[in-house]
Amino acid sequence: MTEERVPGIAAEFDDRAGPGNPGPPGIFPHSVASDRTAGLVMPGPVVLDESTAGLGAGFDEYGLDGGVSRGQVATVVRRFLRDPMAMIGLVTFLLLLIGSIVVGEFWHYSYVSITNTLNAPPSWAHPFGTNSIGGDMFAQVMKGTLQDIEISLLVAVMAVVLGVAVGAPAGFYGGKVDSALMRFVDLILVIPVLVVLIVLANIVAKETNNWFWLAIIIGALSWTYIARLVRADFLTLRERDFIEASRALGASDRRLILRHMLPNAIGPIIVNATITVAAAIVLESTLSFLGLGIQPPNVSLGLLISNGQDSGTTEWWLLVIPVIFLLVLILAVFFIGDGLQRALDPKKNRVRA
Amino acid sequence: MTDSTISVDDLHVDFSSGDGVVHAVRGISFSIAPEEVLGIVGESGSGKSVTALAAMGLLPKNAKVTGSIRYQGQELLGLKEKQLSGIRGKSIAMVFQDPLTSLNPVYTVGWQIAEAVRAHQDVSKDTARQEAIRLLKLVGIPDADNRVDNYPHEFSGGMRQRVVIAVAMANDPTVILADEPTTALDVTVQAQVLSTLKTALDETKASLLLITHDLGVIAGLADRVLVMYAGRPVEVGSVEQIFYAPSMPYTHGLLGSLPRVDSDGTEKLRQIPGSPPVMVGDRVGCPFAPRCPMRATICEEQEPELRPVTFRQPTGQDSANGMVGEEVQPVPYDIPGGVHLSACHFADEVAAMPTASMFPDSSADHETVLP
Repeated sequence: MTEERVPGIAAEFDDRAGPGNPGPPGIFPHSVASDRTAGLVMPGPVVLDESTAGLGAGFDEYGLDGGVSRGQVATVVRRFLRDPMAMIGLVTFLLLLIGSIVVGEFWHYSYVSITNTLNAPPSWAHPFGTNSIGGDMFAQVMKGTLQDIEISLLVAVMAVVLGVAVGAPAGFYGGKVDSALMRFVDLILVIPVLVVLIVLANIVAKETNNWFWLAIIIGALSWTYIARLVRADFLTLRERDFIEASRALGASDRRLILRHMLPNAIGPIIVNATITVAAAIVLESTLSFLGLGIQPPNVSLGLLISNGQDSGTTEWWLLVIPVIFLLVLILAVFFIGDGLQRALDPKKNRVRA
Repeated sequence: MTDSTISVDDLHVDFSSGDGVVHAVRGISFSIAPEEVLGIVGESGSGKSVTALAAMGLLPKNAKVTGSIRYQGQELLGLKEKQLSGIRGKSIAMVFQDPLTSLNPVYTVGWQIAEAVRAHQDVSKDTARQEAIRLLKLVGIPDADNRVDNYPHEFSGGMRQRVVIAVAMANDPTVILADEPTTALDVTVQAQVLSTLKTALDETKASLLLITHDLGVIAGLADRVLVMYAGRPVEVGSVEQIFYAPSMPYTHGLLGSLPRVDSDGTEKLRQIPGSPPVMVGDRVGCPFAPRCPMRATICEEQEPELRPVTFRQPTGQDSANGMVGEEVQPVPYDIPGGVHLSACHFADEVAAMPTASMFPDSSADHETVLP
C-alpha cells in the first residue's frame, strides 16, 4: 500500500531528539536509549586494499584539471605494473616495437635488400630464411611488424577519438542530437567497408603509396562500433544518480561528459579499442592480399602472409613466421587492453572485508 | 520576501505521458526562513521529490513547470543552465536519496569533495584537499587523513551518505535540499546520518528542506512540516501542531500507522485503506476522499483549500461518522508555532479528535479496499 517505514520508528525518534531539536514530548517520550548516537563513531570497514591505503602522503597534488588526481594515476600505473598478464603483453609489445626499430636500423639487410640466396630456410645468415627473389625475411617481417603497429595504433586512436566524439554527445543529450548522430553512424555502418576501402585505397593509397593515408581510411570507417558503444553506455550513465548529483553541484555538460561519464565508460572503450587494433591489422592484411593495401616494396605482415600462403607447404617459413608475429602482436595488444581495464577499474582488486 | 532563503509560490509541475498529462505537483507554496528546517512528508508519488528537483532545475525536459521558485528574491524558474550552475552546489546544495549511487565510483571521495570545493571557489588543489579532509572529519569519518584517498565502494552506506553530506557542505550553502537522505539506509545508521545532517546545519547555518516519508525523521529534525498528498500540500504546521493536533485525516492516518512509545502495547497499528490516486487527468473533489472515513458529499464535489485551523470542540461521536453537527463554541487554538493550515472541509473537527483514532485498526490480513 504505502511505503511508510514502520518498524523501529519509536526508537529512532529518541535518537534524533537532540538538544536543539527535541522531539514532540509525550508522543515519543525520552525513554528509549537516549544519547545513543552522541558518542557513536562508526568504525571504518577493514580495508585490506593496500593499493589505496597510504598513498595520500606521497601524492598530495590534487588534480582537477588533469581529470584524476596524481594519486589515482599512480594507483592505476602500479596496478598495471603488478598485473602479470598485462606485463607479459606490455613487454612483448615493447620487444616487438623496439626490436623492429632496431632491426630496421642495424640489421645488415634491409627489407628492400635482395640477396643471391633464394628460398633458403632459416639459417644464421638469414634467421627467418629468404623468399623466392632472395629477400631477407627477418628484415621484412620486422619491417612488416613495425608497419602494422603504426597502422593499427593510428586506426585505434582515430576510432576512439571519433567514436567518443560522436557517441558521447549522442548518448548524453539524447533526443534529436542522438537521432541525427546515430543516423549518420548507421549510414557509415551500412556502407560495405571493403568496397569503400578498395575504391579509396586504390585512389589514395596507391597514388601516394603512404601507409598513413591507408590508416586514415581504415580509421574513418572503424569508429562506428565505438560510437554506438559509447552512446549506449552514456545513455545508462546519464540516468545515474551521481551524474545528477554532479549537476546539482553546478557541473557543466562538458565537465559531466569528460570528467564524470567518460571515466566510467573507459572499460568497454579500451576493450573495443584493442579489438579495433586487431581488426585494423586484419583489414590491412585483406587489402594487401587484394593488392590494394601496403604496396611493395613496402611490406606489412598481411602482405607477407598473403605472399607466403602459396608456398606454405614447401617454404613454410614464408607463411608461419609472419603469422606467428601477427598473432603475438594481436595477443599482446589484447593483454595490454585487458590489463588497462583491470587497472582502471577501482573495484577490480578490492578485498572484501 | 528577502527574509526567506527559498520561497516557492504556487508551483505546478506537469509531465506529459502516454496516458495523458500527469499532474505531479498541483500548486504548492512554502518558504523557508534562514536556519529553519522544513520537512515535507507524504507517500510515494505525492510530489515531494519533484518539488525539490524543480527547485534545482533538474527536472527532465518533458516537465512543464509553472509558478515561482525564488532564492533570496531571485527567480530560479526560467534561469539559463549557466546561471543555474552558479547557484547549484554553491547556494543550494542537494543530498540525494541513495548514497550507493550518488557518488562517482571511479573517483576517490576526496577528489569528489575537492571537486565540489573547486567548482565554486578559487582555491589551490592542496587547499581543496585539506578542506576535503576537514569536511570528512566534520561528518565523522574516522581516520579522514587516509580515508580521503579511498573510493566510494570502500565505504559503508552510512559513511557514503556522510560523504554526500560533506559534498553538500563544501561551499557553505544557504539551503540544503535533502531528498529522502535516510531512506536507503538501515534504521541504526539512519540516526547517525541524521545527526551528521544536524552537524552540517550547525556548521553551515543553512536552512534545510527535508523530504521524507518517514515521520520519525521529521519529528527529530524539522521545525515545520508540510504534508503532501496527491501533489498538493494538505497540512502545514509546526512539528507540535502536526503531531498533537493533526487536522487532516491523511495526517491522522500517517500517525496512526506508526508504533508509539507511550502506548500500552495493546493498540494495533492502523492503516489507511486504499491507495494513492492516479495523477493523470483532471479530478473533482478532495483527492483523499475515497480513502477517508470522514468523507461527506462536499468532499466529492469540492477540493478543499488550505485554511487556518481554528480548533473547535468536537460535536460528539457524529463527527467521526462524517456528520457535521451543530455549530459549537470555538476554542482558541492553543498550540504555538505559527499558522496551522489544513486542506480539509472538516479540519476543525479532525483537529479535535484524538490522534490517529479515526482509522479502523484492521490488520493487513483483513484489508478492506475501498472503491
